[in-house]
Amino acid sequence: MLSILVRRIANIIPTLLAVIALVFLLFSVLPGSFISGMNEDGRSTIDPAVMERMRKEMGLDDPLPERFAKYVARTAVGDLGTSFRTREPVTSMIGARVWPSLKLVFAAMAFAICVGVTLGFVAALKPGSLVDTLSMVGAISGLSLSQFWFGLMLMYLFALQLKLLPSFGYGDGGLRHLILPAVALGVGPMALLARTTRAAVVEVLNADFVRTARSKGMSERLVVKWHVLRNALVLVVTIVGLQFGSLMGQAVVVEKLFAWPGVGSLLVDSVFQRDMPSVQGCILMIVLFFLVINTLVDLAYVVIDPRIRYR
Amino acid sequence: MTAPLLRVEDLRLALAGDRASHDAVEGVSFEIGRGEAFGLVGESGCGKSITALAVMGLLRAPLSLAGGRIVLDGQEIQDASAAEMRRLRGKRIGMIFQEPMTALNPLSPVGRQIAEMFVLHEGASWNEAMDRAEEALRQVHVPSPERRIRDFPHQLSGGMRQRVMIAMALACGPDLLIADEPTTALDVTVQAEIIDLMAELCSAKGTAILMISHDLGLVANMCRNVAVMYAGRIVERQPADAIFAHPRHPYTQGLVDSLPRLGERAKRGRQKLREIAGVVPSIAAYPSGCRFNPRCPAATDICRQVAPDLTALPAGGLVRCHHHG
Repeated sequence: MLSILVRRIANIIPTLLAVIALVFLLFSVLPGSFISGMNEDGRSTIDPAVMERMRKEMGLDDPLPERFAKYVARTAVGDLGTSFRTREPVTSMIGARVWPSLKLVFAAMAFAICVGVTLGFVAALKPGSLVDTLSMVGAISGLSLSQFWFGLMLMYLFALQLKLLPSFGYGDGGLRHLILPAVALGVGPMALLARTTRAAVVEVLNADFVRTARSKGMSERLVVKWHVLRNALVLVVTIVGLQFGSLMGQAVVVEKLFAWPGVGSLLVDSVFQRDMPSVQGCILMIVLFFLVINTLVDLAYVVIDPRIRYR
Repeated sequence: MTAPLLRVEDLRLALAGDRASHDAVEGVSFEIGRGEAFGLVGESGCGKSITALAVMGLLRAPLSLAGGRIVLDGQEIQDASAAEMRRLRGKRIGMIFQEPMTALNPLSPVGRQIAEMFVLHEGASWNEAMDRAEEALRQVHVPSPERRIRDFPHQLSGGMRQRVMIAMALACGPDLLIADEPTTALDVTVQAEIIDLMAELCSAKGTAILMISHDLGLVANMCRNVAVMYAGRIVERQPADAIFAHPRHPYTQGLVDSLPRLGERAKRGRQKLREIAGVVPSIAAYPSGCRFNPRCPAATDICRQVAPDLTALPAGGLVRCHHHG
């Protein structure tokens, strides 16, 4: 188990390098830079000499391969550089925002798993029933909802109309502020999980070994408990892993909408200002999260499914 | 003669289609005495497997029981409640399936899957049940059962998995074992071992066997009586030796002819195995008259118009053919 873990972690490194390279490349072909952006609001003008000096200070003059090599070398020792905008180290900027982001992502996923998997199970065990129809209609709607619109609707209903929950912000970091953004973020994965869980359970219920279990004189309840649950779980874990990993990236919209001080909203702000080091750091963080979750899912397979052995 | 263990009378199974419902199986009757091995033979799609599932009460939509009686040990079970059927399944009737890989739960150790039987039907504790599962594996000649009970199905060979299925089906000492193509998915060398094992255990415990197979040779070796099914009906029923020596229905004749026989090739020259021309008709398109007539070499006008009844043969046995004389 330990050697698997070590190898999986070693596998993460080349992926991270590729991501950094890609972001570097993309920003080098984008027109404009942090410096040229400073002039864009039209209110202030900056002396071209000052701009030239700043460009030099920030290393924007150096050729791309050199900047890339420098960045990788610094990242390797845990230094993500200094933000152009705030002049703070990017590591500490992200550090302050990781916890709110994680909280949001975990809360959204907990919501998605609890509601989605339960709905999927109930729907699969009573196919054609009202619960089945309703939950599948709900799942399709959930999948096709725009997070942005759904978030606004949640705000309107629960904050403005019912005045039950705060409409935005982090507040004291308590549960009340977490609920609405978590639901807005979790509704997509919830819908997907409901559908895949239903499909997985229906598939397992038609498996030969379930017929065997019935031929042994087992009640339907025990058939599900002893033979269906775990087999369906293998399929569900895959989807949970994929959704979970990409959720931090998806959180960008929701964080911005709810003014949630997470990595996602930092990323949006940084992109608008072409604050390269901060953008790099945020993307690195989001990718790292994806890779870590994927690794954990791979390990979860080993625990659940005895047929899977990594070599 | 004492009452048979299992009597199936005029069984009719309906297959619900989009527009109409068709009879997948009709007029199927047979009896199995205590400890007797009975064979049900036919090509795939002839209704033999669903007949077995009907006896187990395991038919699922779109299939349903449309008529007839199933009597187990003097008790009619065709209308039994789900709870009553659960007490019969496993306890009084055990069943083995064709594909031992998919018929076992891949995520559960085989010992546990056997142990479930003792927990379900005999109220055993898991510890006690696992000990008895080990013993059950020993009885089906699985080597080092104390280690094997913790193995998962994918760690066992096909033959070993089928032994696990047999151990499971016979765990609670049922009166009847239904074996649905138990050796079809196995290597030829293993097939004989599995058949011998089933015969040995069942005769030791007095368990009757309903053997379902497309392999007439295998069934005839093991069973005293054999019924041949074609397109949802029994077309011939005779003692096993008679069916081989004197098949009366052209379909049975075809099945016998299609079996390879040692030494025959030299006698007949380099002759290919004979096959029955055509395929089994689909349930929605059964031909009128005798259902075998489109494939039958001896078919005449009456075969195309009038469905033959099962008629008794002078030497015992039944055949459904206008020209059986």
